[in-house]
Amino acid sequence: MKIATKFLGEVEIDEQDILTFKQGLLGLEEFKKFILIPISEEHPLVLLQSIEQEDIGFVVAYPFAFKKDYSFDLSEEDIEQLQIENEKDILTYAVVTMKETLKDSTINLLAPLVINLKEKFGKQIVLHDNKSYPLRHPLESLEGSAK
Amino acid sequence: MLVLSRKKDESIMIGDQIEIKILAVEGDQIKLGIVAPKTIKVHRSEVFEAIQAQNREALTTSSSFLEQLKKK
Repeated sequence: MKIATKFLGEVEIDEQDILTFKQGLLGLEEFKKFILIPISEEHPLVLLQSIEQEDIGFVVAYPFAFKKDYSFDLSEEDIEQLQIENEKDILTYAVVTMKETLKDSTINLLAPLVINLKEKFGKQIVLHDNKSYPLRHPLESLEGSAK
Repeated sequence: MLVLSRKKDESIMIGDQIEIKILAVEGDQIKLGIVAPKTIKVHRSEVFEAIQAQNREALTTSSSFLEQLKKK
């Protein structure tokens, strides 16, 4: 099917790739169906596009590219909701806030998006606030590989 | 909203597994102790509100950032 996207015009997508965020993203609970579309080959940026509304699209990236030792535990509740059976099925992204310049752009390491690729479920989880992962981590601190 | 008055060292139960205890009252600051199963997440509301605001801010990104990427 074809969908209208926020930044990339009309894009042909495979319906099988549609991800369901049962609870939506925080503050935007009404949008539940998203798709991941690579933005550029040179940058590790991906568009998390709502298939329900064109202007609901988030730039996301692998958090590990910006913080090598990034890690967190999933709660039993998260594992259950996302129907995770195997760790290998999980993909983690973090929401990027793009500003005028890359220097001012940030990535949200406090509330990553956890996606179960096998079952096509996603959820924005909130890490424990006593951990030192910031809501606005500078994007320019690219330290890992952009795999 | 249910309103209950509690004194220091008193607590309330929410369901049969979550206990919230008043540990200390110092001026306008109240220290709470929370006993809950691991599956229940406890966060300060500000954390949630900040993330909601950040998500909305992330949505204001305009497509001009694509030009920036090309330049780099």
